[in-house]
Amino acid sequence: MNERPGESRESMVTRYFGEPIKRNEDPRLLTGRGTFVDDIRPPGLLHAAFLRSPFAHARILSIRTEKARALPGVVAVYTHADLPPALQEPLPKLIPHPALIHHKTQYALAPDKVRHVGEPIAVVIAENRYVAEDALELIEVEYDPLPPVVDLEQAIQPDAPLVHEDAGTNVCAHYTQRVGNVEEAFAKAAYVFTERFVIDRGTAAPMECRGVVAQWEPKMRQLTVWDSTQAPIPIRNGLARLFGLPQSSVRVIAPDIGGGFGPKIMMFYPEEVVVPFAAMQLERPVKWIEDRLENFVAMNQEREQIHEASIAVDKEGRILGVKTVFLYDAGAYIPYGLIVPIVASTTLPGPYKIPNYHCEFRAVFTNKTIVSPYRGAGRPHGVFVMERLMDRVARELNLDRAEVRRRNFIQPDEFPYDVGLIYQDNAPLIYDSGNYPACLEKALEMIGYDRWPSERERYRREGRYVGLGLACYVEGSGIGPYEGCRVTVEPSGKVYAATSVGTQGQGHFTSFAQIIADILSVPVEDVTITTGDSGAFSWGTGTFASRAAVVAGNAVALAAQAVREKALRVAATLLEARVEDLELRDGRVFVRGVPGRSLSLGEIAVAANPLRGTIPEEWEQPGLEATRYFAPPRGTFSNGVHAAILEVDIHTGMINILKYVVVHDCGRIINPMILDGQIRGGVAQGIGNAFYEKLVYDENGQLLTRTFMDYLLPTAMEVPEVEIAHVETPSPLNPLGVKGAGEAGTIPVPAVFASAIDDALAEFSVRITEMPLSPNRLLEIIRTARERSKEAKSPR
Amino acid sequence: MKRRAQTNASRRTPQARRSKQAKVSLPPLWTRKEIRLRVNGVEYTSTVDVRMTLVDFLRHELGLTGTHVGCEHGVCGACTILLDGQAVRSCLLFAVQADGAEITTVEGLGTPERLHPLQEAFRDHHALQCGFCTPGFLMSTLAFLRENPEPSDEQIREVLAGNLCRCTGYQGIIDAVRDAAQRLRSGYGA
Ligand code: FES
Ligand code: FES
Repeated sequence: MNERPGESRESMVTRYFGEPIKRNEDPRLLTGRGTFVDDIRPPGLLHAAFLRSPFAHARILSIRTEKARALPGVVAVYTHADLPPALQEPLPKLIPHPALIHHKTQYALAPDKVRHVGEPIAVVIAENRYVAEDALELIEVEYDPLPPVVDLEQAIQPDAPLVHEDAGTNVCAHYTQRVGNVEEAFAKAAYVFTERFVIDRGTAAPMECRGVVAQWEPKMRQLTVWDSTQAPIPIRNGLARLFGLPQSSVRVIAPDIGGGFGPKIMMFYPEEVVVPFAAMQLERPVKWIEDRLENFVAMNQEREQIHEASIAVDKEGRILGVKTVFLYDAGAYIPYGLIVPIVASTTLPGPYKIPNYHCEFRAVFTNKTIVSPYRGAGRPHGVFVMERLMDRVARELNLDRAEVRRRNFIQPDEFPYDVGLIYQDNAPLIYDSGNYPACLEKALEMIGYDRWPSERERYRREGRYVGLGLACYVEGSGIGPYEGCRVTVEPSGKVYAATSVGTQGQGHFTSFAQIIADILSVPVEDVTITTGDSGAFSWGTGTFASRAAVVAGNAVALAAQAVREKALRVAATLLEARVEDLELRDGRVFVRGVPGRSLSLGEIAVAANPLRGTIPEEWEQPGLEATRYFAPPRGTFSNGVHAAILEVDIHTGMINILKYVVVHDCGRIINPMILDGQIRGGVAQGIGNAFYEKLVYDENGQLLTRTFMDYLLPTAMEVPEVEIAHVETPSPLNPLGVKGAGEAGTIPVPAVFASAIDDALAEFSVRITEMPLSPNRLLEIIRTARERSKEAKSPR
Repeated sequence: MKRRAQTNASRRTPQARRSKQAKVSLPPLWTRKEIRLRVNGVEYTSTVDVRMTLVDFLRHELGLTGTHVGCEHGVCGACTILLDGQAVRSCLLFAVQADGAEITTVEGLGTPERLHPLQEAFRDHHALQCGFCTPGFLMSTLAFLRENPEPSDEQIREVLAGNLCRCTGYQGIIDAVRDAAQRLRSGYGA
């Protein structure tokens, strides 16, 4: 067996890896000593407020700012015309794709046209935010409102207004991937079922809105930016390019972040360049903190897709082919490229063997807020479509829902399994490992599947509508390109590690410390992790796609392993022993069998960095420090099954979750407490996506749900206790054997809800094909279904 | 959104040709007022703009940044503090309304080295992830447990429903509050 880091010969006992270690970051956060962007207060701070478009679609005829500038307390007002040429261009195209023909990106400040409500037009910099907002009222903008295109299906009509006139169409990409031959499979299938699925918009709603603080030190020519981003290093690189500075003159810090969930990575949000620009112009620090009303329109959203999907099966319910053709709402610009629809298409096959598959989408501009990945990022759509089709097959063929899934699973001995598609990282979609049947059986056992038919009967006799729902999924995670880590043992014996990814509450200060503590055999409290500061570690991409634990986690392990080896080499010289005769235990290196001869890691660190004398060749470099990178060849694939029992109140449309179970496999587990927290939080967001959270736009493109009074986040009353079990199939693609887990909780929840509601309301033949629902919408569906079934029953 | 006098309609909903409506005028008038209050046992005297919210005063004037702002419209509870012993949302109050009051913020509980039993229970039950909502939950819970030292799970869920958390799914928070009630009853760490 391969030796894993932390399990080397000397210390077979793994002390922290796999244990529910309490978090290192908690004491700070619990006592109000966290440092969030809005907590940064450099002296002389100015405050920014943005003037945003009140129209979904309008031409800007003129902007007059004199009155705003004249207001006491206002320091500057900038519009597009005041920006340097580099900031007048559309902001960078993040992830190009050959199929993306019209790669339109947003502006720092709108030049002559606005394309969604909330698009920034001007910025006021003032002595405080109150005055800055007063001044917004004094900016005079003359608009020529244009007809907006709001509805996704209308946007592709030939006579639809154009979001970008020069593109000549609202369809910015049309992309198809195929495996086998779907037409043939459909022609010879025993059954083909077709369904239309509609998934609407939601927002990630992190509790902390976005924020940027920028400080320019003209004498040092040093720009420091505190940014609530999930990707501080790419932001640093981009800012350096835009402002013509060397990368070493720009430092971007993502301090404590109050939740990210995807949309806090964009590169660039307009504010991320405008605030640093203002700070450099004025040579004073400038802060902008997004308020919640802004956040609802100015932070990227997700989820809107319409699928026409079909499944072809044989008489036994074995899948012969699946086809989906869908529309993807990109919003007003498409900086993030085709990531979301590609993830949706490639997640759809899930744990099943699908010999013939056709997925085809069109990405479409509308006059709504920009879309970019939000926790799940297309995965919930793929899973919703596929799992709904599987339920449909079960229903139509009168088969058990679990049995249809069993018949189609990829088996444990079939890995690595090549799905035949290209994934979001442009690498082939190859599942690395998994045991799908085991996960399903475990979930069935936990939810009480065997007993369910009689339970269901009992509920019906009591006049209650209770259903069981089930959904399986495979989650692509841990994609490249790379992350890095530097581990340093200081003379104090304490260990400091800096990594490139940012953290938004995932517990990296602890899970990374656990990895290092085991390898260096030190207490976990003695390991301090720095994340998300380009001044501390300069290379990396960011925290997204459930990749931090996998990619950065393995870089952390490699760096710690290198430090360990270095410590042994240095100790060997100092103790005049051979490396093979040394062992590292409790932060000390001992000569085996000679109890008196040992050195602490701190002593070795001091010796490794001498003031005089020489450094032996085998020490390679001074100090007890190493930097390593991890670059996985392709992503790893977690998987799981969720099952729930829900009660529907057919008079109010309300839902009560009686039981919710999750079986999850993300390979080896670093910290089960943190992992379960990720899953629970994910399920809560999934519940919102399924039943409570919907962004409602009117026909003018105005967002009607712009407060937490109108856009409902699940509270402690709505989120049930979630029972969790784990199956561990280690990933063969990385030394730690881990897979990502950040999105697993969220992905299948809408599919589970739909499955359970169908089951609860089977006697009305309800078939849920849309998300999110709401009590009102569910009542409507029930009413229609009841009328239909009454008609069907009444004699002609 | 600092301009409370204005409804969001004036700035945020469509108005054709807004320029015709924009008011030309003198700079808006605001007045300042002196307030005295005690925060976490320390006496402060300060002159503030009358329109400054209490949470902005605590955060930006006093530098007590543990109290957070999640919505500024009274729903999320991130800004919850104790005002004369009552849990209130400091984004919905003006600083001048706290004149003469006794305030406790999260900084008034334990320290990183010596956590309050409630904070300890939060840590033990993984009741926080990003920690942004946490100070609000702590302060709401503190007031709640003083009045209901032996709450049922249903009561706990009900009171916690006044605060939003986007990370945890609440389970850890519920467990922590249940446990904290127990710890506080047994006088642990008090
Ligand atoms: S900030 Fe006060 S309730 Fe949300
Ligand atoms: S811990 Fe992040 S919002 Fe509650």
